[in-house]
Amino acid sequence: MSFDYMPYMREEKLPHMWCPGCGIGVVLKSMIRSFDELEWDPNDIAVVSGIGCTSRSPGYLNMNTLHTTHGRALSFATGIKMHRPDKHVVVISGDGDGSAIGGNHLIHAARRNIDITLIVNNNNIYGMTGGQYSPTTPLGTKAATAPYGNLEPPFDLANLVIGAGASFVARGHVANGRQLSMFIKQGFAHKGFSFIEVISNCHTQFGRRNKMADPMNMIKWIGDRATPLKKYEELSREDKAKRFPVGVLYMDEGRPEYTDTYEKLIESLKTGA
Amino acid sequence: MADKKSREQSRGEEVKFWGGNQVIAQAAIAAGCNFFGGYPITPSSEIAHEMSRLLPKVGGHFIQMEDEIGAMGAVIGASLAGAKAMTATSGPGFSLKLENIGFGYMVESPAVIVNVMRGGPSTGLPTHPAQADLMQARWGTHGDHPTIAIAPAFHQETYMETIRAFNLAEQFRMPVILLLDEVLGHLSEGVIPPKPGSFEIINRTMYKGDPEKYLPYDVSKQDVPPFLPYFEGARWHTTGLNHDATGFPSTDPELIEREMRRQYRKVLGNRDVIDKVEYFEADDAEIGIVSFGSTARAAMVAIKEARNKGIKAGMLRPVTVWPYPKDQTYEFGRNCKALVVPEFNLGQMVYEVERAVHFDRPVKRVNKVGGVPIAPSEILAAIEEVA
Amino acid sequence: MVAAKETLSKSEKTGHSIAIIEEFCKGCTICVEVCPTDVFVMEVVGSRWQGSTAMVKDIDACVACMLCEIQCPDFAIVVTKGEKKKKETA
Repeated sequence: MSFDYMPYMREEKLPHMWCPGCGIGVVLKSMIRSFDELEWDPNDIAVVSGIGCTSRSPGYLNMNTLHTTHGRALSFATGIKMHRPDKHVVVISGDGDGSAIGGNHLIHAARRNIDITLIVNNNNIYGMTGGQYSPTTPLGTKAATAPYGNLEPPFDLANLVIGAGASFVARGHVANGRQLSMFIKQGFAHKGFSFIEVISNCHTQFGRRNKMADPMNMIKWIGDRATPLKKYEELSREDKAKRFPVGVLYMDEGRPEYTDTYEKLIESLKTGA
Repeated sequence: MADKKSREQSRGEEVKFWGGNQVIAQAAIAAGCNFFGGYPITPSSEIAHEMSRLLPKVGGHFIQMEDEIGAMGAVIGASLAGAKAMTATSGPGFSLKLENIGFGYMVESPAVIVNVMRGGPSTGLPTHPAQADLMQARWGTHGDHPTIAIAPAFHQETYMETIRAFNLAEQFRMPVILLLDEVLGHLSEGVIPPKPGSFEIINRTMYKGDPEKYLPYDVSKQDVPPFLPYFEGARWHTTGLNHDATGFPSTDPELIEREMRRQYRKVLGNRDVIDKVEYFEADDAEIGIVSFGSTARAAMVAIKEARNKGIKAGMLRPVTVWPYPKDQTYEFGRNCKALVVPEFNLGQMVYEVERAVHFDRPVKRVNKVGGVPIAPSEILAAIEEVA
Repeated sequence: MVAAKETLSKSEKTGHSIAIIEEFCKGCTICVEVCPTDVFVMEVVGSRWQGSTAMVKDIDACVACMLCEIQCPDFAIVVTKGEKKKKETA
């Protein structure tokens, strides 16, 4: 027995456009294994993205796909989900698209707790446009617009989204695709705003400027720093700064989901309740 | 004098006394609008208020998004999922929406965008009217794109033109802009809503074939591609990148040339359906006034005064302002010795008028900014000057 | 099923098989490095990224851990677990 990704893919579009070794492919495959385990029909899934390397993902998925404007995927996804609350809506985005220009839509989709799953492929850089620093680029690392080292402290995206009100937040990484698809599956299955941050490799733009031009080197750098949440909490402050926690970081199944709330309003107006 | 109730009863019709913004919301519902994504901005917010009240009652969905850009995104997302969707804003919000409006043109999503114009630029005059977003409606978003924009002047007309805006958006699969100004938005006037079924509702042409074979931009038989919403088995893709019939990106120069011109043809090849002008005292006009929206109402008063003084003044009032009715303006101007273009800005429509008459007639501008609308006397003075 | 051409390697010993779709493989070397039992080798043709493709050098060493398939970003590897053979009883 073997797993067949192709029912979920537009195979005629392969090989995909991303660099050899790019983490996005691992993320896509993890998503597909999750769709499959949940037995979701591709006809019932919409995948929406903004602009960037990660945002080219929907083109390869054999589903209802929409490639929108930079940072705005969540707003288009919100319109789709509001009109069709019975369908699955997934947003896939990079760290620049999702947390810089898309930051406002990020925190409000989380706040509303609308049943959309957002997967952010966090490779700490604006890859497609040539390697400029993003809101998640580590302090001091080099980038196309940070030739002397990045001066800006980065977001902790997972914490940001927890603070904004998301009811499922997990962080995985591309060095462990099997674990990643577990988190993604939980996120998909969760009713409410699910956020999965994936620590990923852009060795071409970020890695190359920071002594990790080889994909496996950067993937090892990621895998070595990934620490299960419980172990992470026991680390010293110094060690914490060098690593990142992985796991389901926050989950609350009891929060009202936004489209549910709106549908209840529609019902109540019908019955005059 | 008969009181309102007995007049109503004798006519068998019910007169509503509505603000302009309310008219738009009511008409949108009548047209079948079932999604509104908006954001508060004076002087358009009442449209959002009314939609938030009316939509859930008819099973539609209202959302106040976190910003204007998100509102436009939500509208297009809902539209591609099959909804008849609308947003409403004013100048600053329209500026913010521009990128996503362009996206709407590129992916050919029906949508209605209302701009209740106010003084600008920038924050300008939030509670005062202007007519200075006319060129922005045409050219605000970057790149080559056609535009349909409608500027009603009376609430009864606003009601029917809102329905027409939805119809045109559906028929031509594109964003359609509805231009009001703060005066029209906030003025209350009697409206007789037409009975359901007494007016035409146009829905987007739907694809009827095998969903597995659906091409989202199949324009082999017609300029407007047949539509299939998400989740109907087609699993189709679209993007803001230039794309081919499959919806996937293309950089083929010949394809792009054809596709961009097809988009223009959707509008310019259907002027018979899209164009709309109204004439007032125009048959024997020697001094031709060209005006739109609320300024045209002041112009009507000025024209009556001018006629009393023996000046043969008349008006061409574009209702569809984009595409600009250049042929109608030419015909109108041919019989006039001079034209007067009052507009509540520092000159926008006048450029279209001058060009339409081939620069062959004197064109007197009446321009004003400052938030206080152009008075009939100011228009009359201009008429007298060129008479 | 992948429509593109595959190069299939099957182990008689374990029943496990690995299919490599050369058209999709970009020679990134992740499978080579990630495999715990040294199944793969990278055939380098020309420069690093051009024309290189992963190849199975020792299919019998494969334990069907699936790491190569899971970690391959390019959909270029399909691992099929062999059916478990019942131990023969004397």
